[in-house]
Amino acid sequence: MTGLGDRFIPVMTILLGIVAAWYIGAYALNAPFQRGLNERAGETPGFVEFVGQTMSQPKPTLPAPHQVAVNFFENTFLRSVTSARSLVYHAWVTLSSTLLGFAFGTVLGIAIAVGIVHVLALDRSLMPWIIASQTIPILALAPMIIVVLAAVGITGLLPKALISTYLSFFPVAVGMVKGLRSPEAINLDLMRTYNASKAETFWKLRLPASVPFLFASMKVAIAASLVGAIVGELPTGAAAGIGAKLLNGSYYSQTIDMFSALVAGSIVAALLVTAVGATGRVVERAMGARPA
Amino acid sequence: MLDKMAATSRPTERATTQVVSARKLSLTFETNDGPVHALSNVDLDIGKGEFVSFIGPSGCGKTTFLRVIADLEQPSSGEISVNGMSPGEARKARAYGYVFQAAGLFPWRTIEKNIALPLEIMDYSAAERAERVRSTLELVNLTGFEKKYPWQLSGGMQQRASIARALAFDADLLLMDEPFGALDEIVRDHLNDELLKLWARTNKTICFVTHSIPEAVYLSTRIVVMSPRPGRVTDVIESTLPAERPLDIRESPEFLEIAHRVREGLRAGHSYED
Repeated sequence: MTGLGDRFIPVMTILLGIVAAWYIGAYALNAPFQRGLNERAGETPGFVEFVGQTMSQPKPTLPAPHQVAVNFFENTFLRSVTSARSLVYHAWVTLSSTLLGFAFGTVLGIAIAVGIVHVLALDRSLMPWIIASQTIPILALAPMIIVVLAAVGITGLLPKALISTYLSFFPVAVGMVKGLRSPEAINLDLMRTYNASKAETFWKLRLPASVPFLFASMKVAIAASLVGAIVGELPTGAAAGIGAKLLNGSYYSQTIDMFSALVAGSIVAALLVTAVGATGRVVERAMGARPA
Repeated sequence: MLDKMAATSRPTERATTQVVSARKLSLTFETNDGPVHALSNVDLDIGKGEFVSFIGPSGCGKTTFLRVIADLEQPSSGEISVNGMSPGEARKARAYGYVFQAAGLFPWRTIEKNIALPLEIMDYSAAERAERVRSTLELVNLTGFEKKYPWQLSGGMQQRASIARALAFDADLLLMDEPFGALDEIVRDHLNDELLKLWARTNKTICFVTHSIPEAVYLSTRIVVMSPRPGRVTDVIESTLPAERPLDIRESPEFLEIAHRVREGLRAGHSYED
């Protein structure tokens, strides 16, 4: 069996199982409402027709997979990308603040790690605060950040990006502290025998040694950034973005819209994580890593 | 005793050109289980151009002594000078090259870039770097492997590259800490042979830590026998072998005689008891 076939069959089996369970769930959750509707109208459809009705409600409790698929397809491919109904437009709005926040978070995380590895006082004092920062629920913190920044006149992309930064610097900081400390004792001793400065040891030894750790933590960080951007869109009453789409959907019980926004979010997340992983592989290959 | 031995052999040369000179050198590590006396009252002189091996069981302080010379450990008491300077000054003057137990090549650098590493740090010009990388690679028989990454080389070749890295800059003293300890015996024989030729060509002073008796006898002009708890020098043996040493010299009666003396020295230091 080829590697593709090895993976394809198990993955498809799981997917089919999930879709089947979803359909059964959609029927079970939508049936009571449909039954009431039919009673009031005095209709008594047969079983097959009734199942069809539970799968075609405009505002179902749980939309059926094909309803989400159709909605997703229409709003992704059949609309102008500048239209407020286009998922591409909303995904782009969320993506731009995700990427900005991720860039800030990565830079901040690396800076914190460099500080912790080189300054004893920071090593002793900073880590507990960093960990504490992540124990505060982002849902509680996000509105405060948005409101405080709006009060000083900062609105739009930046406040959302800062929430992404808040979530994404943490894995990068933790991973890079480990990465910058990953060189073995003999390699550090070697640099000492050359009378190398701290800067030379950093650029020639610590930083290259930390690259695999950086990409592993950036994978976690970019997913966290996306969550941050979506959460950041919820309290702003933002007009655009996947978060705004979710919020509007919940206001107006547009469950199908909500689900297709979720699908769009997952696709963006998968693409981002894959892109970081692929960049990591390219960089590591360029740095002479043994091909896996 | 050591001073006397040092004084009786090649006295004029030794007196004028001491590369390493230790007097009553002691080093105690404070550990949770109490103090560990890694070195105790070591007196030793190493002259220019010598090949001195340090042999003894683990814990005898042979590696620690090498690390003190290299300013990687600080002695607790006593005196030591390297090229007439303190070890710290000698390190800052880049007076020695150090070869570790593992090759420790940087995996993200090709072989030529690994060898160029000390040259970059010591601000050699690009042209000078290229020339030195070329000549040291030739010295260790690795010409043709410039663009390979460390994982593409065998363990023995990696260790040769790390020796090239230590030779690339102008240090007259080479400190080698069990450089061939992790290699199989066939590769080790071969590298021992190459190391002797290299030593003859470069006229460097070499301090070589090992726990192999044949290796110590084959390579050295002088063998320092050490023993643990506390780490100390128990015997210093002058080699009577000729400078030219083919591998099969190791079956000669002279060789076996010296190996026997080393073994006696180790036994006198109770090295075989545990």
